[in-house]
Amino acid sequence: MMERLNKLTPYERLEVVRHKGRPTVRDYIPMIFDEFIEMHGDRYFGDDGAIMGGIASINGVPVTVIAEVKGRNLNENKDSNFAMPHPEGYRKALRLAKQAEKFHRPVICFIDTPGAFCGVEAEKRGQGEAIARNLLEFMRLKTPIISVVLGEGGSGGALALGVCDELAVLENSIYSVISPRGFASILWKDAGKEKEACNIMRVTAEDMVELGVAEKIIEEPLGGAHNDIGQTAENIAEFLYKTLHKKMKIDIDVLLNERYTKFRKVGEFTEA
Amino acid sequence: MGLEDLFNVVKTRLNVPSSTSDSEDKDKGDRNDKADTAVKVPVNIAFKCPRCLNMVMTDELEKNLRVCPECGYHARLTAPDRIRLIADKESFREFDADMKSLNPIDFPDYEAKQQKLRESTGLKDAVVTGECTIRGEKCVLGVMDSRYMMASMGSVVGEKITRAFEYATEKKLPVIMFTASGGARMQEGIVSLMQMAKTSGAVARHSDAGLLYITVLTDPTTGGVTASFASLGDIIIAEPKVLVGFAGRRVIEGTIKQRLPDDFQSAEFMLEHGFADMIVERKSMRRTIAHILKLHPMREYYKGGQE
Repeated sequence: MMERLNKLTPYERLEVVRHKGRPTVRDYIPMIFDEFIEMHGDRYFGDDGAIMGGIASINGVPVTVIAEVKGRNLNENKDSNFAMPHPEGYRKALRLAKQAEKFHRPVICFIDTPGAFCGVEAEKRGQGEAIARNLLEFMRLKTPIISVVLGEGGSGGALALGVCDELAVLENSIYSVISPRGFASILWKDAGKEKEACNIMRVTAEDMVELGVAEKIIEEPLGGAHNDIGQTAENIAEFLYKTLHKKMKIDIDVLLNERYTKFRKVGEFTEA
Repeated sequence: MGLEDLFNVVKTRLNVPSSTSDSEDKDKGDRNDKADTAVKVPVNIAFKCPRCLNMVMTDELEKNLRVCPECGYHARLTAPDRIRLIADKESFREFDADMKSLNPIDFPDYEAKQQKLRESTGLKDAVVTGECTIRGEKCVLGVMDSRYMMASMGSVVGEKITRAFEYATEKKLPVIMFTASGGARMQEGIVSLMQMAKTSGAVARHSDAGLLYITVLTDPTTGGVTASFASLGDIIIAEPKVLVGFAGRRVIEGTIKQRLPDDFQSAEFMLEHGFADMIVERKSMRRTIAHILKLHPMREYYKGGQE
């Protein structure tokens, strides 16, 4: 990869993804897809604004889109609960993924969440079970799945849309086991050490490729995606289209084996 | 998100079991599930029950299979003690006993911390897996041990559980998993998060092969383990009064600015909300599991109308 002038430290990237003008999936969808018809509800409990989904087409190929939604202002964030899904959000995602499988449409997931919502209602409705179910079902879903981390990919709440055949990470995005703040709080009992945590946790796009978690880094314009949303959308669209073509040619059993192996091989241990 | 207070909660519930001697089993093949099979522990501490806050003498607790005599809370067991209580005598054959974690994100002092724990617990990491028989029924057994970094899931836990499921799939065996965990292992960063997907994938393949998976939720089952293989059993059993949940209690209390009721995120709470099939006492666990195993014979009695 070409040496770029704007390589930022992990913490500087966290500041970029938290920038007020950081584009969200609502900005990207009209730029990437020819059309998008939104669908609602999990058919059990309700409709979660933190996850949106629907049918779209990219260069004429029908796909199912599932995305975590950050708001661009307070009102949007009220509707989308700051992109922190409840169990019904994950169950909506699963319903749409199963529908995609039925109609032989590939699934495209956009990840952008600080984490799954932590609350009484979320526990009552089985937050853990909802995430677990998605991990299991996405692992055996008989259609290609491509995921992109747009900003923050926080913990199991992100992974619930992250079981896929190929994962791309926007250049300044971070993907982590827990928010840097939570990491500092657990390990050092000091949430104030967020910056230090972020810098040692290995959360950047390059780290993800190195650790075998992601396959591709999508470039952002100098200074971050907010500086040229159109260009960023084009970069994402190009990745999606190319990858779709590649994955759609693969026999489904081979694809499922490759998906299993992609996750199977992550882990560092010795048996000596 | 959400785990930061868990370790604090856990600390207040902490009691360090230090088993030394093996228990004497009376009848080997089908041992009765009585208190005399309990493990003997040096009597030098009293145990404060985290649920009812009563003090219990340790020897009394041990006699009672580490179940609080006041309220029925099922206290934590070590993996070796659990295996002795569940598996037929001398039937357990351990898998991957020497597997040790590396340090994928170069977290400071991670190796040293683990070395210390290995010495104090005799474990290599937070899960013990293997195959055994339970009242003669063959199965693959996994037991997590909260003494080892609160049984958090890193590379070794993920790999051993995945291998256990793969072995069971290949040999057409049921899997029984005793879960306990603080969640993902922070010290391994994103690598630990991926273990959730990896283990769930292995469960999917085992399930697709038509095989039985029983989860037993023990104290405490939380975070990334609740959000992966612990919630995926065909049958989910919980021990009475244990902590089971996704997010940390204090994180939730911080969000809603009120104290949560005591039974929030308990086994009983899971049963009430439809996320567990049954609550089973420790003294009946072996019998219950054996019964369920017997009802899942390898021979297919029903073949969809074909004889």
